[in-house]
This record gives sequence, structure tokens and C-alpha cells, in this order.
Amino acid sequence: MSKSPTQTIMRSGLGRARGLGSAKSGTAHWFAERVSSVALVPLTLWFILAMFSLAGAPRAAVGAWLASPLNAALMLALILITFQHMAMGLQVVMEDYMHEEKPRLLAILAMKGITGILALMSIIAVLKLAIGG
Amino acid sequence: MKDVREALFVGTATDGRTVRRPLSPHLQVYKPQITSALSIFHRITGCALSVGTLLLVWWLVAAATSDAAFATVSMVLHSWIGHLVLFGWTAALWYHFCAGIRHLAWDLGKGFELPQVHASGALVLIATAALTLLTWLIGAVIV
Repeated sequence: MSKSPTQTIMRSGLGRARGLGSAKSGTAHWFAERVSSVALVPLTLWFILAMFSLAGAPRAAVGAWLASPLNAALMLALILITFQHMAMGLQVVMEDYMHEEKPRLLAILAMKGITGILALMSIIAVLKLAIGG
Repeated sequence: MKDVREALFVGTATDGRTVRRPLSPHLQVYKPQITSALSIFHRITGCALSVGTLLLVWWLVAAATSDAAFATVSMVLHSWIGHLVLFGWTAALWYHFCAGIRHLAWDLGKGFELPQVHASGALVLIATAALTLLTWLIGAVIV
């Protein structure tokens, strides 16, 4: 007979697996991180190629580049998905390494706020250059 | 005891003393390996790229603001320290890009055998170095 104490868990295995375990909505988070990373593969390659022509270019050239609807759309997609992927990744890092509940919650909320504002600033900048010229 | 979960850490040593069980993964007893090193490097580059994205935000916002703001960001990016930061940013980006694709292959259930894991790890390092150098070579030729 085993000496180790056992505890009876009053919840069914299925109930715990349905997002009610310690990971909460972990699967959806994990999957969204993968989906965004797949989208970022072509977007990142496109961005690096675009930067070859824009590195060191004058301000007017950046405006002219974003005046193309395709460039502006891809740039907006890159910004949106990059910041979404970044916020999800940073959240996991904070959840893994910050053990005290209150600072962890505050850090995650602050990080989400900052990444959200930065994403909006970038989007507004792109729209201003794309539409306003 | 700060956390109720610590109740599960109570164990006994061979001489009967009550001890606090160590937490996994107990990093200090492991020999550094390419698997664990590349894994933590994926996180480190991810965090570094998050900070590096501030440069993209700054560049875009400056371009949308004024000639003076754009001149400032251009000056910083074209200084030697700006080039150094951009080089690090490029290397981190290519590493996270290649290691990320390796992770996606694992997510599809491919490449889990240890020799394959070691080979893909080495490939990620070689590809990162090659793509980073290629990026800067093309940049030097074009710009």
C-alpha cells in the first residue's frame, strides 16, 4: 500500500480539460500564436525586401511607397499581426517567470496597453502617409 | 509557505529529514545542450525583437510627422550605433524566423527524433548567420 496521500478531485476529467484546468484558455492562446507566426513568415520576408529599397531613403520616398494600396495593406497586416504575436509571446514569458500574482497581472495589463498603443500609433502613421500623402 | 501548492513540495530525504522538493527543471544540474540553449534563445530573441519594434514605430511615426522628426530618426539609424543595433535586430529577426519555422515543424509532429533535432538546430544557426550576412551584403550593395 502506498504511503503517499491522495486527494480526491471532485471534477470530471472532461470538465478540467474543457478550459477549466490551470491552463484556462491556453490552447486558444497557443494556436493563435502559431497562426500569427505562419502569417508573419511571408510578411517578414516582404518587409525585409521592401527595406532594401527604403533604407536611407528620404521621407518623400516612404510616403510614395505607402501611397501604393498594396504596400499600405501589407504594412498594416504586418503591424497588426506583429503586435498581436508580440503581446501573446510576452504574456507567456511573464506568466512563466513572474510568480507573484499581483505584479504579474499588472505587468501583463501594462504590456497589453503599451503594445496596443504602439500598434495604433503605427497604424495611424501608415494611414496618414497612405491616405493623406 | 506563500502558496498552497508548496504543500506538495514536502518530501523526505533518505535519512528521514523533511526537505523541500526541488522544482523542475532545476536548471543548474543540467549540462548546457544545443536543445535547451536554442530554446531559451528563441525567447530571448523574441523579447529583444519586441524592444526592437520600437525602432519601426519611431520610423513610421517620424515619417508621418515632419521632416525634422524624420531627419532625427535617419541620423540615429545611420550612426554607427544605429547600424550596430540594426545588425543585432536583423540577426535576432532571422534567428526567431528560422527557429520559429523549426517550432512549426515540431507542431506538425515532424523532426522529433534526437538526431533530427540536433541537425535542425545546427541548420537554424547556420541559416541565421547566412541570412544575416546576406541581408547586410545586399544592403551594402544597394544602399
